[in-house]
Amino acid sequence: MKELLSGNEAIARGAYEAGVQVVTGYPGTPSSEIIKTMASKYGNEVYVEWSTNEKVAMDAAAGAAYAGKRAMVTTKQVGMNVLMDSLLYTVYTGAEAGLVLVTADDPGLFSSQNEQDNRWYSRLAKIPTFEPADSMEAKEFMKKAFELSEMFDIPCLLHSVMRISHCKSVVEIGERVENPKVQEKLPRNLPKYNCTAMYARVMHAKIEEKIKKISEFAETYDINRVEMRDTKMGIICTGIMYAYIKDVFPEASVLKLGMSYPLPTNMIKDFASKVDKLYVIEELDPVIEEQVRAMGVDCVGKEIFPPCYELLPDRLYDICIEKGILTEDPRSMDVKPVEGLPGRNPVLCAGCPHRSTYFVLKKHDIACTGDIGCYNLGAQPPFEAQHTMGCMGASIGQLHGLSIAGLPEKAVCTIGDGTFWHSGLPALANMVHNNGKGVVILMDNANTAMTGHQDNPATNYRVLRNVPATKIDMENLCRAMGVGLVKTVNAFDVNEVEAGLKECMDYDGVSVLITKGECVQFNKWSSTPYTVDSAKCIACQTCLKAGCPAIMISEEENPKTHKKKCRIDPTQCNGCGICSQVCPVKAIQVKED
Amino acid sequence: MLNSINFLMVGVGGQGTILVSDILSEVGMLAGYDAKKSDNMGLSVRGGAVSSHVRWNKDGVGCPLSMTGTVDVLVGSEPLETMRSVQFLRKGATIISNTYEMQPMVVTSGIMDYPTKEEIENCFKSSAERVITYDATDIAVKLGNVKVMNIVLLGTLSKLLDIDYEIWVEAISKYVPAKARDINIKAFDAGRELI
Repeated sequence: MKELLSGNEAIARGAYEAGVQVVTGYPGTPSSEIIKTMASKYGNEVYVEWSTNEKVAMDAAAGAAYAGKRAMVTTKQVGMNVLMDSLLYTVYTGAEAGLVLVTADDPGLFSSQNEQDNRWYSRLAKIPTFEPADSMEAKEFMKKAFELSEMFDIPCLLHSVMRISHCKSVVEIGERVENPKVQEKLPRNLPKYNCTAMYARVMHAKIEEKIKKISEFAETYDINRVEMRDTKMGIICTGIMYAYIKDVFPEASVLKLGMSYPLPTNMIKDFASKVDKLYVIEELDPVIEEQVRAMGVDCVGKEIFPPCYELLPDRLYDICIEKGILTEDPRSMDVKPVEGLPGRNPVLCAGCPHRSTYFVLKKHDIACTGDIGCYNLGAQPPFEAQHTMGCMGASIGQLHGLSIAGLPEKAVCTIGDGTFWHSGLPALANMVHNNGKGVVILMDNANTAMTGHQDNPATNYRVLRNVPATKIDMENLCRAMGVGLVKTVNAFDVNEVEAGLKECMDYDGVSVLITKGECVQFNKWSSTPYTVDSAKCIACQTCLKAGCPAIMISEEENPKTHKKKCRIDPTQCNGCGICSQVCPVKAIQVKED
Repeated sequence: MLNSINFLMVGVGGQGTILVSDILSEVGMLAGYDAKKSDNMGLSVRGGAVSSHVRWNKDGVGCPLSMTGTVDVLVGSEPLETMRSVQFLRKGATIISNTYEMQPMVVTSGIMDYPTKEEIENCFKSSAERVITYDATDIAVKLGNVKVMNIVLLGTLSKLLDIDYEIWVEAISKYVPAKARDINIKAFDAGRELI
């Protein structure tokens, strides 16, 4: 049977067919749909959870694999930074059943704070790495990763990118193969599972041996293949680059590596000897190129194909025409792009509970360290009110740092409920313990919203919305952690947010302001749209400062000031009423029919 | 039946561009093509620009994205977004675009102006051989749900392609919630009647 699947759906399907029993992970674009698919399609047969962070997910999967269950962990590229501690020991120990980690990288930074190439981690951790070129391969490579993991007793990594995870292509569906292993006990095998130094010393030597063996295995592994065509140009590539290269260099010979670590040295040397010029074309860093050069094989790589952003076919053509590598450009350039168009960046949704907080922070020009979530859109015009953003959980630590630095101005940080659980907790404990000062604005929109409304410890559901879970109360938690002032306000009431913020700013110590309001996308709530009474509107444009995408500039103007009045797009307004609260002349009301 | 067709669907995050391109890819597969698609989304679902490439090819699709100057049909859910992607069109291509305007934040912040109706019209005319524009949002609102706006455009697109009506209905029914199926089919039919 054939189905059109995204790479992420195919990865989930592949793990399912491979007999996976335990799946853990932390949401992050472009990886989130793997667990979503796992839970919604195969949740009856497979245990699935959103863990509080990637490290917790990795440890849980390791424990399950020690207990003989086939396990998988999913993360986006930056989540690998969080779980590396756990991955390194897992590679040393191996497990009793297959253990596969999936990373979905984001070349082009569609939704990430940095553009790291996670294939470096393959070499650091010494973990065999698979790179699929489309959804069909994503599914098949998952099965191969589980096979190899059990064959060599080592975790494996499947490396996807946004263009694999979020593209759809046709997949042939297969059958599930159950794990035959039944285990009653955790093996009492300290030399294998206890990474204390005296055992770990032996484990390190073993892992070097394993990687050598896998490298030899890779020489004849069917997922590494040579396609000989014209021998003037030979290209080594992996993953999505194979799909681009087939379109851009249809005549060239290609060595398509299905496994990018460890590399098949002889296969590469042999391919290099058969072509006039060898190119290694890879997105982001020269991870393969440097290893090829270290083999003593000359090649062309990063001096031509830059290390930033995606290498889409259009860009490959531009580069190759400019450098004379290709002479003919098959693209029609009849229609020119329109220059100078207004851009369209993401904005807080109409009805977003974060809007009131950034409106108030902007109004009072308060220094604000920020975190990762939709609320980083508070950094966009018209707010520009979240002044820093680094990585998950960084906002509280940065706020603490500002207070240590002793700036005369008082500062706040903004962090969402999902991020608070991921890595905000240790930072808050640190701040309280070290007598820090500042306001932590905990923006509680009832779930981990940006990546698709996943659960977190403060939600009463887990994985799927109809599965009940134990909910932890954040207000009580903050009090128990010793926060001196904890205040909860309604995020849809601008005055309440403003008053709550003032009270917290006046407090001498660590305070937490919880702004509570459900994400408008969660239950897709919407009520009667508001309208602007243009007879009352004085064209002050204060409502535009609320940064709502539903508020438009109208054609009508104030005859005195010649400023344009505003109107509300009824197809976008969700009726939250924030604009009505900030209008100084009460011109914005719900229009009763 | 053509051997290969490249589509580009563009719009504003939240309009349903990705859903409709999923349906279009499914139609391609059901009609016997190899089909691939690629979305630009990420945070862009929050009101940012969204685009979705869909490629059908009887002999197999390599890359899931079309290159500049190779798209046969550009379907735009918002006129500014349609304008932003015209360079992808090959010579003699078709534009189907909604005319309902949504001002981005740089416009409402007073930093830039939204293109005039005349600029939009001229751009479309000089970029494509066939241009079909109408207020799809208005049609969707009158049908009872603004969310089916994209399906109206899909209906119009379906009239340009030699593919059985039943295949379209099958694909739409697979992707939209069961309770919304009827209004989506109505929207699809409404789009078909416009040309």
